[in-house]
Amino acid sequence: MSEPIRFYYRGAVHTVDDVSPTQTVLQHLREDLHCTGTKEGCAEGDCGACTVVLGSLVDGQLELKTVNSCIQFTPTLDGKALFTVEDVQQADGALHPVQQALVECHGSQCGFCTPGFVMSLWGLYLNHDAQPCSRKQIDDALSGNLCRCTGYRPIIDAAQRMTELPKVPFDRAALATALQGLQRSQGATYSFEGRHFHAPRTLAELIELRASRPQALMLAGSTDVGLWVTKHMRELNDIIYLGNVAELKAIATDATHHPMLVVGAGVSLNDAYGAVCAHYPQLREMWQRFASLPIRNAGTLGGNVANGSPIGDSMPWLIALGSEVVLRSQAGQRVLPLEAFYLDYMKKDLQPGEFVEAVRIPLPLPLPQANVQFRTYKLAKRFDQDISAVCAAFALELDGGMVRQARIAFGGMAATAKRAPQAEAILNGQPWDEAHVLDAMAALARDYTPLSDMRASSDYRMMAAQNLLRRFWLETRAAAPLASSDVNVWEAV
Amino acid sequence: MNHPAASEIQAMAWAGVGKAAPHESAQLHVLGQATYTDDIPEMQGTLHAALGLSSKPHAKLAAIDLAPVLASQGVVAAYLAKDIPGVNDCGPIIHDDPILADGKVEYVGQPIFIVVADTHDNARRAAKRAAITYDELPAILTPQAAKAAASYVLPPMHLKRGDFQSAYDAAPRKLKSTLYVGGQEQFYLEGQIAYAIPKEANGMHVYCSTQHPSEMQHVIAHALHLHSHHVLVECRRMGGGFGGKESQSALWAACAAIAAKKLNRPVKLRADRDDDMLVTGKRHCFYYEYEVGYDDEGRILGAKVDMVSRAGFSADLSGPVATRAVCHFDNAYYLSAADIRACCGKTNTQSNTAFRGFGGPQGAIAIENIIDEIARDVGKDALDVRKLNFYGKHDRNVTPYGQVVEDNVIHELAAQLEASSDYRARRAAVNAYNASSEVLKKGLAFTPVKFGIAFNVTHLNQAGALVHVYVDGSILVNHGGTEMGQGINTKVAQVVAHELGRDLSHVRVTATDTSKVSNTSATAASTGADLNGKAAQDAAGQIRARLAQFAASLHGGSAGQVQFYDDKVHVNGHAIPFTELVQAAYLARVQLWSDGFYSTPGLSWDPKTMTGHPFFYYAYGAAVAEVVVDTLTGEWKLLRADMLYDAGNSLNPAIDIGQVEGAFIQGMGWLTTEELWWNAGGKLMTHAPSTYKIPGVSDCPQDLRCNLFDNRNVADSIHRSKAVGEPPLLLPFSVFFAIRDAVSAVANHRINPPLNAPATSESILKAIAAVTGAMK
Repeated sequence: MSEPIRFYYRGAVHTVDDVSPTQTVLQHLREDLHCTGTKEGCAEGDCGACTVVLGSLVDGQLELKTVNSCIQFTPTLDGKALFTVEDVQQADGALHPVQQALVECHGSQCGFCTPGFVMSLWGLYLNHDAQPCSRKQIDDALSGNLCRCTGYRPIIDAAQRMTELPKVPFDRAALATALQGLQRSQGATYSFEGRHFHAPRTLAELIELRASRPQALMLAGSTDVGLWVTKHMRELNDIIYLGNVAELKAIATDATHHPMLVVGAGVSLNDAYGAVCAHYPQLREMWQRFASLPIRNAGTLGGNVANGSPIGDSMPWLIALGSEVVLRSQAGQRVLPLEAFYLDYMKKDLQPGEFVEAVRIPLPLPLPQANVQFRTYKLAKRFDQDISAVCAAFALELDGGMVRQARIAFGGMAATAKRAPQAEAILNGQPWDEAHVLDAMAALARDYTPLSDMRASSDYRMMAAQNLLRRFWLETRAAAPLASSDVNVWEAV
Repeated sequence: MNHPAASEIQAMAWAGVGKAAPHESAQLHVLGQATYTDDIPEMQGTLHAALGLSSKPHAKLAAIDLAPVLASQGVVAAYLAKDIPGVNDCGPIIHDDPILADGKVEYVGQPIFIVVADTHDNARRAAKRAAITYDELPAILTPQAAKAAASYVLPPMHLKRGDFQSAYDAAPRKLKSTLYVGGQEQFYLEGQIAYAIPKEANGMHVYCSTQHPSEMQHVIAHALHLHSHHVLVECRRMGGGFGGKESQSALWAACAAIAAKKLNRPVKLRADRDDDMLVTGKRHCFYYEYEVGYDDEGRILGAKVDMVSRAGFSADLSGPVATRAVCHFDNAYYLSAADIRACCGKTNTQSNTAFRGFGGPQGAIAIENIIDEIARDVGKDALDVRKLNFYGKHDRNVTPYGQVVEDNVIHELAAQLEASSDYRARRAAVNAYNASSEVLKKGLAFTPVKFGIAFNVTHLNQAGALVHVYVDGSILVNHGGTEMGQGINTKVAQVVAHELGRDLSHVRVTATDTSKVSNTSATAASTGADLNGKAAQDAAGQIRARLAQFAASLHGGSAGQVQFYDDKVHVNGHAIPFTELVQAAYLARVQLWSDGFYSTPGLSWDPKTMTGHPFFYYAYGAAVAEVVVDTLTGEWKLLRADMLYDAGNSLNPAIDIGQVEGAFIQGMGWLTTEELWWNAGGKLMTHAPSTYKIPGVSDCPQDLRCNLFDNRNVADSIHRSKAVGEPPLLLPFSVFFAIRDAVSAVANHRINPPLNAPATSESILKAIAAVTGAMK
């Protein structure tokens, strides 16, 4: 029995029952609704011309988030509200402060990227209650929007100017009420021409669906799977969508043995990084540099881990911290150290009927129980929204001046995110000094044989990986450690 | 400096010219209501096309089986080269550019067939299903390899002035080196698109995102075996062009029109981003070998450069690009003895094309690299060596191609920026920082720009316009230029409003349309507002003259003394509302519309000797950039940029500053993060924004200071303004040389870092390793 897709759009409930389950939201807007303000610039979530704002209820609370409509499938809108550039204008026809500021600051030239910027700025405006934002907050909000004309300065000015204009309220309560009426009490399946999109609401439903449909594709944030459709033109199997499973949206702590942060597989990357950064401020730069805000709003940490790309930015630091992956099936839970989950290039230790339920991240113990130095570094061509050439993570348990245990993991250096056993062996049980660091740097050449590709050559990857270990040492050496502003251009003044 | 006439000052006091009016489409942009080609409501029966692309860089097409394509869901038809009704060519100058590959393919991504289906996705899916048998041939994949094989798309060029060899031999100091500067993808946010609608009696109406509607019209007419009057090409606006839609929109326009003609149905061809980047050409990468002789102060005595560009598989605009590179090797410097050679290497890659600057940046960066090296050799601040070599005002003022530099303001402009940027104090601060910083090094650089304005090809410097004044006093303007975001329509509307004394709100500019103004030139070479502004001024001026005559006939006084301002016509002590006069003029049967035409005076160019007076005037600018570089990883960040640009008497300072800053960031991308990378099989692997990294918001420095230099054009340009599209793209040379400065700091500025562009982190780390190695 197919349930239609129902979402809130232009002040009313909009019902869809005649589109492919993998039709994108952008296609629905442009081709079916003839609503052409939202643009396609790349169809892979990298340019932001298609940015829209989604409203959803999470634990009864209204969330308003920007996402890339070009890689979101229409059935994922069920129970949500969709806002496009056409919705931002005020009821009396006046420009919204976001739009007015862009006009005043000359923030558009060719105008093609502008609707996407309007939506990202509107998201920023709504989520900051129209209060002034720092440059960093503005950069973060706009990290997924490319503009080829302006060089961004006038758009940044507009982001500051918009909060100086008379405020325009947004009726959150009314929207929450409208969405309340759209929430389903149990899972639903949308079917079209023999293809099914299952959207369970509970973990129990999900486990049963997974067991009965082992060939179905698990879909969370669609930030990778979306491209299988838009770029590789793949016809997907039936889909099981995790986005509505309440239990998977939880972030909890578990202090059974070592205190752990347990991040459900449905938690967005942005929320997950926010929670982790509260404990590990060293991850703040990675938080900002992990793709873009719209991608982090859609994508999940569980998806990043389950996908297991060799260049994913979460795995190195998760592995270095000794994180675990929780797998779930009808047979129950199975917990693996994350590094054991990855068998080979895009190959995981995942049994039929099994799925990633959560990621467990050890929390730092208070001093003096553990003296752990931890850093993660990302190297890419660009600060915003770029896939790493090399991603490094180092966790060092120190006992006085001695290394009790070193955990080093790299992305971009092998077919999976992988630890560096030889370098670690050189450091373990030895003084944390330059001589051993130099030896460990040399050992990295035995731990890894990186590839050359469009992101970097193997030579660069190796040299940079070795130098990142050196950077880690410079930041953590006992004598005259360097501040991050001394070793990191993004922090330099 | 040239001073405005009194009447002009009076006029400027009230009219829109010179004011920072917002872009005419700004409101539409922010509302999502600005219509791009893909937003036009589709006609009933519209079909969608996609292109089938070559997977080999060089091969004979042994067999093409389209049966799986035709069997694919929703497919209506598929066409090969043999199905083209007319000429299979879309080359803008040399006819070596097939629309569809015929018998052989010459790059990975070359279109082989068109498939037409009911939906965009069905067409794309079907396009991947052809069974093509290739007989592979050897491929040339780099410009260096092309040069070694003497494989060119055009004969090499040579410009010679003075006796380089004697000057070089006699010079007290010499250097000889090489440089490689990569290409650049235009990355207009709106991809290539054309929507062709058949009309009665062989008519074909094509909506196309193009900088060159007239050329689209001609290419389509040839491809369909029709005459130009059958074809109407229309472009309201582009979502960016940057040169990428000058000649290379033709392939898409032609394919859409061919399919529409064959099927007698509307056909839209919208390129997916990956296809767009795989099919179309980019900025040419250049490889340079140079030798320079200079004195102990750093003054250049003789310079010789040999450049080879990556033309790709066909000529396209590579010849004019190389010519502009030759004519900009001097940049702002006097070269008494110069030997400048350029050739266009034929490679089995996309056919490279126009990109903002059009060879100018590629020519000028070589001399900047040379000056940078000279400065390090003679131990001086590079700014001082630059100043020493600047063109003189009254002597040392003839370019290698023979044009006298009559409008030189680089000395004043550089002095102003040196002071406002606090260059000397910051140099000291950078040195102090580097002395105490173990890992991070800062760099600072000042670079100037002199850029010639006009098409090098004289006959292209012409434009037309059509201005209508309606009986209600509203004004409609049409001209041959195209709007790609640069604000040409805003500027032209300002010019017309100014001429007729109307508020800007009464003037509307409509879509560029080949049935309104014919035989237009591409909107390119920074000339859009210069040419079309003058043409529109001419048209509006004719209407103004008729209205003045009519007003004087009603109210006395002489027509020459009638003034138009404040939406009124001031005649012999009366102030008549413009609308009232227009209504009366209509009843009196006065013509209220006019065409206008302009051709730039005084231009000449001899392509054989590469000499003449190719430019109407020069635009000037300079920039200072300060960066910090990580010597462990090669990462870098721009800390501050100051720029000063000579827009003459700016038509619209807000738009001009937008152009300067936009060009700065775009040019910075070219020289740093934007890397084009082909694999060993000749396939471009950076064909989407996930792999090809144009600057993002964080790349805009916290401290960005952009100002316009107070100047008036010596040449009689539109309101004495200067062009602004391309010249500022050279300003971010300052970023590249600041990075080079920071790299050289690891060896106390004694060694010239072998830094190539783009200066990716990898390229920077490699240069650091080389410098460190040379120190040992």
